[in-house]
Amino acid sequence: MRTTALIGSAVSNTFRSKTRTILTILAIFVGAFTLTLTSGLGTGINAYLADTVSGVGASDAMTVTKPSEDAATLPGAGSDEPAEYDANAVDTGIPGQSVTAMTSDDIDTVEGVDGVLRVDAQRTITPDYVQFDDGTPYTATVGSLVPGQTTVLAAGAEPDADASELQVAIPVAYVEPLGFSSDDDAVGQTVTLAITDAERTQHTVEATVVGVTEEALASPTGQSILTNEALGDALFDLQSTGLTAEQADRYTSATVWFDPAATDDEIQVLKDNLADEGFTGTTIADQLGIVTTVIDGIVLVLNAFAIIALLAASFGIVNTLYMSVQERTREIGLMKAMGMGSGRVFTLFSLEAAFLGLLGSAIGVGIAMVAGSGISAAAADTLLADLPGLTLIAFDPVSVAAIILLVTGIAFLAGTFPAVRAARADPVESLRYE
Amino acid sequence: MSTPIISVRDVHKSYGRGQNRFDALRGVSFDISEGESIAIVGKSGSGKSTLMHILALLDVPGSGTVALEGNDTAQLRGSRLNRTRNKTFGFVFQQFFLTGSNTVLENVVLPMKIAGIGGAERRRRGMAALEQLELADKAKNKAANLSGGQKQRTVIARALVNNPRIIFADEPTGNLDTATGAVVEDILFGLNREHGITLIVVTHDEDLAARCDRRILIRDGRIVEDSRAEVAA
Repeated sequence: MRTTALIGSAVSNTFRSKTRTILTILAIFVGAFTLTLTSGLGTGINAYLADTVSGVGASDAMTVTKPSEDAATLPGAGSDEPAEYDANAVDTGIPGQSVTAMTSDDIDTVEGVDGVLRVDAQRTITPDYVQFDDGTPYTATVGSLVPGQTTVLAAGAEPDADASELQVAIPVAYVEPLGFSSDDDAVGQTVTLAITDAERTQHTVEATVVGVTEEALASPTGQSILTNEALGDALFDLQSTGLTAEQADRYTSATVWFDPAATDDEIQVLKDNLADEGFTGTTIADQLGIVTTVIDGIVLVLNAFAIIALLAASFGIVNTLYMSVQERTREIGLMKAMGMGSGRVFTLFSLEAAFLGLLGSAIGVGIAMVAGSGISAAAADTLLADLPGLTLIAFDPVSVAAIILLVTGIAFLAGTFPAVRAARADPVESLRYE
Repeated sequence: MSTPIISVRDVHKSYGRGQNRFDALRGVSFDISEGESIAIVGKSGSGKSTLMHILALLDVPGSGTVALEGNDTAQLRGSRLNRTRNKTFGFVFQQFFLTGSNTVLENVVLPMKIAGIGGAERRRRGMAALEQLELADKAKNKAANLSGGQKQRTVIARALVNNPRIIFADEPTGNLDTATGAVVEDILFGLNREHGITLIVVTHDEDLAARCDRRILIRDGRIVEDSRAEVAA
């Protein structure tokens, strides 16, 4: 019997007992559907995290801070004694946590550490407000992108680091309060930023809006206004008016670049070197690693449930095919009497099982993709409206194909038990069967 | 004299062992020449079905030999055995063994499908066989919807389709009324006469046996009578 004829027979045999076939396919469908949704969930969330990672920072960069002397004391826990005043302490923004400000000397020290390619000191710029066209002023914080960092944009472009023009990107939440009619409307307009110097004098700077940023989950800039290098310099200069050079050069943290090809071990060595000098280095992987691990764990558990559903379905396949073998005893006997080999009989029944699996998984995956897209769309507007850019359930072709192959494989394996029985059938016995 | 198409020498066959041992055949020997029509007659339990299964190479003898055109069939194994059965034999059963949900044509082309013959060729030869049995107009009907006579003619078309040299007919008229049975008998003997196909009929119907060239009577696993038609008449 030719293979094509064999496949044709297997497919048409599958539809001989329609009700039974449909019920078996339904069982497989449930497993494939669940597996597709759970793995889609993993794909969606991890894709979102990957996008966010590039928003947080470049993968070959780490943030270096100088911990306070008493950093070992956790806020709210341990020592009852009041902390001694430290003139160099800088608030990190997290209550109770502070780091020691880094000076130019510190930056030089970091630059001298083995493995450090480049250091970029992070200045603290604290503007008073941002205002558009004499409208209501709103308070704002300022952040800037370091090379290698990207952000998710709703409109326009990221501020050009090399431009001499003063450029700014505002968060999407500022668009309407400032008085713009839409994200696109904001792009190209000029806003006013006000900043107070050490002598309590307020200065204003005009900057062009070049983009509108989406709020991202783990962006360090958060709801900040993004400035380009030129605007950052201008604001910092204004803020430092009246300060001595030594007082002005205070940095909360520095970004350190290392070899992009560095292995985990090499990065660890770099961290140890920094620690010897009294600094703490944190990479993006350190910051996000735990999140990805937790999500992978959850997805793994969900996938395990889907696999259990598939196992239950595979018993359904075994049952269906055993019944089919029983019903078709005489037909099997006849085919063997007519010279069909046991191997071909085995293949015929295994193919029927694999076809059941293929049908069930294709339908399950197809409907799961439709349902998943619907759920994502619905969730994006309601439950997850605060996380723009997140597609809750995403599908990548490789994992979808892998699911179909896996389910078909499981069905094929389940089919081998009845197929062996069919292959072993004795034609004389089978033909006597009434 | 030419080599007999089937030559059976001292064939024994028993089932079970010890107390439950049942000897179905106890030393059977005879030759069948090509083009003969032979009736194997006997009561149920006489061993005639076992003999047919051994002749059709569906079962192996406990001892003794079955030679097909002078070649010992004990040498045939696996795919060679399957190919021999597929090309040499056609089967007609009392219970038809048609797949009811498949069409008449699909049932008829099954042996060619097993032989690995292409779709177009299968269709052409399947239709030719149905034409020969005046069933061409029923080709697309479901086998389950046929009458008994039509079913048995379908079975004969299926037995014929691979141009076999021997047709085994196990009680071919057992499930048919007299008139339909007579038509089926005419077809079988026509094939035997006109196409030279060797016909081996297993039956307990004496009238059918009487139409064959030769009649072999089996009782308790032994041949008790082997008579030519002219001698019997």
